[in-house]
Amino acid sequence: MDSTGLTASPLPHSAPPAMPRLAGDLAIWIFILAELLAFGVFFAAYAFTRANNIELFNAEQAALNRNAGALNTVLLLTASYFVVRAVQAAELRASQSCARWLLAATACGAGFLVVKSFEYAAAFEHDISLSSSPFHMFYLSLTFFHFMHVILGMVILTAMWNGARTGRYGPDDMNGLESGAAYWHMVDLVWLVLFPLVYVIH
Amino acid sequence: MHSNVHGTARRATLLWASLMVATLLTWGMGVLGATGTGAIAILAAISFWKGAVIILDFMALRHAPLLWRALTLGWIIMVWALIAIAYWKGLAR
Repeated sequence: MDSTGLTASPLPHSAPPAMPRLAGDLAIWIFILAELLAFGVFFAAYAFTRANNIELFNAEQAALNRNAGALNTVLLLTASYFVVRAVQAAELRASQSCARWLLAATACGAGFLVVKSFEYAAAFEHDISLSSSPFHMFYLSLTFFHFMHVILGMVILTAMWNGARTGRYGPDDMNGLESGAAYWHMVDLVWLVLFPLVYVIH
Repeated sequence: MHSNVHGTARRATLLWASLMVATLLTWGMGVLGATGTGAIAILAAISFWKGAVIILDFMALRHAPLLWRALTLGWIIMVWALIAIAYWKGLAR
């Protein structure tokens, strides 16, 4: 961080940033935009298909477990909060604290997958499949597309946890951590539209 | 040295708590069975606000060049605009 030997910087780390800066690698942000575009097209397709099948969509949506959807919103948002705390810890050179926050975030992600798996199990018990109705086609494909993103997010969080434990991240090396964090927040951001759209709006 | 764009722990915790309250509101609208244009407007507003917290604070784009805020916030606005148009199209049928 300080190759000049001027270690007595008058500015603490919490000083307001002087220069605009994109947190994370440019490549991950291009990837995030592509992901948002894909989910956006998916959301629009759901909304316009629903417009032509309102009674069907309303009836089948009523059978969804809205409580499970809300619980999963809480888990994803909490995981995102933990990731923010991990990044903040790394800025303070607190590697072990950073690792613990990342582990907590991964646990929330695992909780999301467990809740969603119970939802899928209940759906399959009722013979719900991709071909059973337009609503179920969207419900299963949209949520499973997102489910796979959560899994990838957890792989990234685990890799970052491993890096944090060995002291890889600090104020002079934030790029990897910030890039992974941005991906995780994207997974959360998408769910913040998916939950009201698929589980609540009728 | 780069600039620290990640804010304070206290602010992050307060934002998390407010996101929890917002989630409770969305869930409550579902429990109440709220429907119609007003309900959609409220759900969209809550979703936009939550998304803005994620984008501006958690993703730290508040401190990024304007282009990145425009692209990401513009994404939520575009998505909810399409959802609203589709909803009204459905009401008109």
